[in-house]
Amino acid sequence: MSGPLLRVSHLAVHYGDLVGVADVSFEVSEGAAVALLGSNGAGKTTTLNALAGLVRPAAGSIEWRGERIDGAPPHAVVGRGIALSPEGWRLFVMQSVEQNLRLGATPLADRSRLAPLLDRVFTLFPRLAERRRQLAGTLSGGERQMLAVGRALMSDPKLLMLDEPSLGLAPAVVDAMYETLAKLRAEGLTLLVAEQSMELALEIADTASVMQTGRTVLSGTAREIADSPVLHRAYLGAAL
Amino acid sequence: MILLQLITDGLLLGAVYALFSSGLTLIWGMMNVINFAHGDFVMLAMYVAFFAFTLLKLGPAVFVPLAAIVLFGFGVLVYAGLVRYVMRGPMLAQIISTFGLALVMQYTALWVFSANFVSLPNTLVGGVYDVGGIRVSAARLLAGATALALTLGMHLLLTRTDLGSRMLAVSEDRVAAALVGIRPDPMQALAWGLGAASTGVAGALIALFFYVSPGVGDAFTLIAFVTVCLGGFGSVPGALLAGLAIGVIESLSAYWLGPAIKDIAVYGLFVAVLWVRPQGLLGRA
Repeated sequence: MSGPLLRVSHLAVHYGDLVGVADVSFEVSEGAAVALLGSNGAGKTTTLNALAGLVRPAAGSIEWRGERIDGAPPHAVVGRGIALSPEGWRLFVMQSVEQNLRLGATPLADRSRLAPLLDRVFTLFPRLAERRRQLAGTLSGGERQMLAVGRALMSDPKLLMLDEPSLGLAPAVVDAMYETLAKLRAEGLTLLVAEQSMELALEIADTASVMQTGRTVLSGTAREIADSPVLHRAYLGAAL
Repeated sequence: MILLQLITDGLLLGAVYALFSSGLTLIWGMMNVINFAHGDFVMLAMYVAFFAFTLLKLGPAVFVPLAAIVLFGFGVLVYAGLVRYVMRGPMLAQIISTFGLALVMQYTALWVFSANFVSLPNTLVGGVYDVGGIRVSAARLLAGATALALTLGMHLLLTRTDLGSRMLAVSEDRVAAALVGIRPDPMQALAWGLGAASTGVAGALIALFFYVSPGVGDAFTLIAFVTVCLGGFGSVPGALLAGLAIGVIESLSAYWLGPAIKDIAVYGLFVAVLWVRPQGLLGRA
């Protein structure tokens, strides 16, 4: 099997008359870490939501291992091994930490895989093990981020997508989260990270795409992107 | 002693209220749809019990589970054929659709079963126990104990099993539930099935000691509604607590104020509680 794990081509998403994203293209190779960069409102969340099947693309295509998956419902997407840790975490706050994690394993037909996956998450995030019986609603922001990532990992995905894993968290917590992501990447997990904070994302990323007002304006290796003047203009919102 | 007698009677009936009300709260919790036909589901279950006995000579040990199964299927059918479509519409459409369903069920019952009041022989589950001076009819004891056990069972199903956890997940956040791989449709059909099955058991139990008529459901709809509001929308323990409370208040006020006044006492207290706690006794604000 050749070609990238995930290929997004000329993706467009409309919300009624509003254009969520207009033209997004990028690729994710197996085992790579890819950063999706852009300022607030550039369309990163919309892109990830379209990949997860939460919104239906108006145009363009999403290919997973060479197969079209655009328009597939969310449960089918996560069943194929694409998990999203969403914006704002969206935890089940009325249920316990452990129940949240077990819910993450919903796509697994073989329930005997649940225990080892739970162990893996608790090893990555010992804090979650300490709080396994607590309601998710009682967790701190950093712990909620851990639980959102842990819940996504419970489906044993091939590709883990993270929407702004640093948003609203203390710097020390963010550093710890990125260390964990680096560890996951070293274990062979493919990552797609949407971030506003480019320094962080470019540290772990192999390649990156920069978005501005719903379009991909630049793609390349993390080094190329970091050195590009276009990136800074995209963040400052200047016309290209 | 009369006080203990009244409280016992109230608790036994209240447990049955709690059972069918927890069905209403489950349906509401899963999809924010109020089933105004809920009492008519109870009515249908009572007819299932009545005809299972009169036509097929089946006893309570068979017709109670039978009514549960029939109503489960009916609930799934109502979801798949009606609710799933009106949920895409405005709130008003949802209210009117289950209200319309209530009318259709009542007039169909009137047409098919006639307006006559019918009842099961009160010797079906006969006998009266005397426990330290408190007299308890076997029929009401069976109804109360079964209802209590099943209401607790529903609570355990929701809080202790993966299936229940998935249902609660859909009720809390449909988007997040979809993201972790839960298909909302089967979960909602299941909520309607279980919610209706609770009326199936409750109706068949009530039929042991209460007459059946096409219009009998209205009173149950109102009781279920008050129970759910009082206990907090979406809370099964709340429905249990409120159901028992309403049973006892009815029983006490029927004795002291007269049967005609008992409803006023129930709804008066209902308004008073909501004045202080608008989210209900165990509801979250």
